[in-house]
Amino acid sequence: MVLVVLAAGFMLILLGLYGALIHRNILHMIVSFSVADTGVNLVLIAVGYMPGRTAPILDSNVSVADAVERIIDPVPQALVLTAIVIGVGVTALMLAYAYRLYQTKGTLDISKFTELKW
Amino acid sequence: MTKRIFVFGMLIGLGAIFIDLLLSYTPDSALNQTARYYAERTATDLGAANIVAAVIVTYRGLDTLGEVTVLFLTAAILVMVLYRDHGIGINKIPNRFLPPTGEMLGTGSRLLVPLILLMGVYLFANGHLTPGGGFQGGAIIASAVLLLLLTNPNQTFNLQLFSLTESISGIGFVVIGVLGMFFAGGFLDNRIFPIGQLGELFSAGAIPVIYTLIGLKVGAEFSSILVHLSEEKEES
Repeated sequence: MVLVVLAAGFMLILLGLYGALIHRNILHMIVSFSVADTGVNLVLIAVGYMPGRTAPILDSNVSVADAVERIIDPVPQALVLTAIVIGVGVTALMLAYAYRLYQTKGTLDISKFTELKW
Repeated sequence: MTKRIFVFGMLIGLGAIFIDLLLSYTPDSALNQTARYYAERTATDLGAANIVAAVIVTYRGLDTLGEVTVLFLTAAILVMVLYRDHGIGINKIPNRFLPPTGEMLGTGSRLLVPLILLMGVYLFANGHLTPGGGFQGGAIIASAVLLLLLTNPNQTFNLQLFSLTESISGIGFVVIGVLGMFFAGGFLDNRIFPIGQLGELFSAGAIPVIYTLIGLKVGAEFSSILVHLSEEKEES
């Protein structure tokens, strides 16, 4: 099960990178980066998972005494929470820049933006 | 064509690394040292039932402060990038013709927006007990604003209220952190308030307070990002 999620995460990373490198449209590239971002989050979550254990929340099912034996690692989950929020911020910034680029050139085709080309 | 070959070569190389990682991966059978410390000490030291919330708000609270700062910078840079003299502003809405909102969407959004807001508040107020917390609750509050924008794209929002909420919650977060240095163990220590009974709503010291502030701040930031992205005047 963990291996399936890990494989899916790695596939999403590769797909996202492929899309970002192949597509010419800036909006497509932004979507591809979001896909790769999701893949990284999946891999991190899968690495923190341990078979047969439950979420790191103490309630009637998991008492304080047996928490060490029953819960999965909370650190990757905290990391992914941070990563998701930062990912949203990065996507919003990319969309704003794409908007401005469209305003200046009237196109979103990356090959038309040649100022920094060498 | 050469570019495609390079891209495929790079992806195949990366894929080989990933396959190697995948085949050599064995899940841990016991918690590592850090996770074990969190699992053993969170309930007794901090009184939080949700260990992830304890890690985010107290153990690694400084990182969360940095994360909130990154979000604030995102919102600020977004306004800076999108700003034009005649562009955004409270009284300057785009004057485009829109067909009237459908009955279903209008009534549905009036029914759903208060419930969505309540759901967001519930999530960040119970962040120390159940899955959820400030960031998730804030994102849900912003989704209520998104629903309002979808219902009526010409809707005006009080952007000053958003920035006021954001500033007050940000300052409150830092002030609580500094209070921890004087009344408890250190910066962002949650034990400035009584820890209380594990599993109660009013427990875990400052964690619910900080999560509420984070929720308000994230909600205001995401809402202002959404409003700014939608309030741009159409190119005429």
